[in-house]
Amino acid sequence: MQTTQSDAEIVSRCRMGDAEAWNALVDRFSRYVYAVCIRGFRLGREDAEDVFQEVFARVYERLEDLRNDDALRPWIAQLTRRLCIDRLRAGRREGVGQEDVIAGLAVDETLSQLDEAMTVRASLDALGEPCREILDRFFCRDESYKTISDALDLSQGTVASRIARCLRKMHEQMEGRS
Amino acid sequence: MSPSTVLDVEMNGYDAEKLAMLLRLLPPAPPGWVEAAQQLPAAREAIESIGARAEADAAYRARVLADLEAALEAEGFEPSPAALAALRGRLLTD
Repeated sequence: MQTTQSDAEIVSRCRMGDAEAWNALVDRFSRYVYAVCIRGFRLGREDAEDVFQEVFARVYERLEDLRNDDALRPWIAQLTRRLCIDRLRAGRREGVGQEDVIAGLAVDETLSQLDEAMTVRASLDALGEPCREILDRFFCRDESYKTISDALDLSQGTVASRIARCLRKMHEQMEGRS
Repeated sequence: MSPSTVLDVEMNGYDAEKLAMLLRLLPPAPPGWVEAAQQLPAAREAIESIGARAEADAAYRARVLADLEAALEAEGFEPSPAALAALRGRLLTD
């Protein structure tokens, strides 16, 4: 199993001005922030992009204020939710008719699933290559066997068996965590 | 082998279907968004540099305030709303 940096390690390196650590932080949380905007609060693309950039701008500015480096994930989660709600409320003020949007969305349920998905995603990242790439292509990017087999120069049967093997490996890893 | 065969993996707790469903919830963010966020530290440096120059040169400051986007582009950065807000904030706190 490949070792991955903990959130606390990334935060610590970011504080020292390590550009690679900042890239890693954005990589680690970009999918989550994006999904909260799009799936959780169903923001339009333009609003979602503004919130996405604002989240990372605030994280960058306020990283020094984070009291517990292991709390990076809940901090980013809370920040993203707050900015999404602010954006929806701003839309309401502009008469876009968002009064019932927040109440009508199953936000809590979706966000809870996204938190769980982040745990699974962390497990996927920890698997390392080639499992990380093949599972990401198949499940997250929704690529077909043919697309994956062309991209990785593997037969479609090999792609399918690797996906099954990597899922099994991931399951074993997750069982080991619990 | 079909996708259903792939997912026919015996798992306890987290079965394969659930793992797949959770993975699907997190597609990649648009690459341009991620790049812009990753450029943030460099963009902040550029903003600081523009701000310092503007403090020393009133005519330059007026030009930058008149066209924030052009000022950022001249430094090689995408004028994202966050970057524009940061530059505006930097100039107005002079």
